Amino acid sequence: METAAIAPQTKLWGGGKSPFSVEYGKLMMWYFLMSDAFTFGAFLIAYGTSRFSSNSWPDPNQVFKSYPGAAESAYAPLVFVSIMTFILIVSSVTMVLAVHAGHERNKKGVALNLVWTIIGGAAFLGCQAWEWTHLHHEGAWWGSNPFVNVDGSAGAPNFTNFFFTITGFHGFHVFSGVVINIIMLIMTMLGTFEKKGHYLMIEKAGLYWHFVDLVWVFVFTCFYLL
Amino acid sequence: MEHTTLIHEEHHTGGTKEIWRTFWILLVLTLVELAFGFWMIGMESHSLRLAVKGIIIILMMAKAFYIVAYFMHLKAEVKNLIMTIVVPLTLLLWAIFAFLYEGNSFKNNRNTHDRFMNESSLRKAPAAHHGENEKHEQKEEKPAKAVEQ
Repeated sequence: METAAIAPQTKLWGGGKSPFSVEYGKLMMWYFLMSDAFTFGAFLIAYGTSRFSSNSWPDPNQVFKSYPGAAESAYAPLVFVSIMTFILIVSSVTMVLAVHAGHERNKKGVALNLVWTIIGGAAFLGCQAWEWTHLHHEGAWWGSNPFVNVDGSAGAPNFTNFFFTITGFHGFHVFSGVVINIIMLIMTMLGTFEKKGHYLMIEKAGLYWHFVDLVWVFVFTCFYLL
Repeated sequence: MEHTTLIHEEHHTGGTKEIWRTFWILLVLTLVELAFGFWMIGMESHSLRLAVKGIIIILMMAKAFYIVAYFMHLKAEVKNLIMTIVVPLTLLLWAIFAFLYEGNSFKNNRNTHDRFMNESSLRKAPAAHHGENEKHEQKEEKPAKAVEQ
């Protein structure tokens, strides 16, 4: 802001100051996330294309209708996945609270909120592991789809192919996010950021974590609701 | 020197109040999405289904906006930075329309010109799902179902 007063607006790219007024690492994290968004976008568009080119498609409410401990005949569509969505939203909130605590250089606040975020991420991964196991027991896997289409014809294998590939890729992102958050927690506990004088690293990890939540918004809608 | 000024500029984002406000908005949007999802179960009308799906997609975009703008603080960044992130992503809009159109047209072309694909895709699946090979052999012998043109 002070630099803006020195250089007129027309010389934004004239050098001597950061035109984006953001540190290098954060900017690069944004560009990485943009490229990752293209990867997920391409995956989801491929899924949509495959669905649009099929005469019929399985009904998600008939496929994702169970929850842990449910009877074989249980019909509870959208219940388990809404719990997963809720977990991820809450973990996103705790992450942004950690970033906020980092701005205030509140070490305890950062550590506590990171612990909550890690727990949320682990809970989400646990839910996903259960769901995958459950579907696998029902005979669903890459290349095999036991679920019939809405019109009663044999289920398109692309349904399970895309489901496992995209939720798997997202789950892998959640997993790496949890690992990154654990590293951030260790660094916080060791006082690395305190020595550095700022908690900007938490902010970058936070961006990544929110992106994982953002992708889930799309994956959840495309696979379970539409 | 540049770094020190940057660190102090980070404070312009709203406090915890804004975080919790965003959380409640996201929660409500998700609940509304789920309500529409439950409403859609067993819905007969095709056009109504499409309309509900459209609403769900709008709600999804709203959720994405709140996460990116407030949790990732993109709204508080310099406008140029926002543009370098958002403008390239509009390419996906083209991709969505182009590829979904392509998929639909591929389906229509195959239904019109590829009789085998058309007939096999409309054949009802047998009740039991085990024994994939057995099922396949049965299929070969079954007379093709009449297809409306």
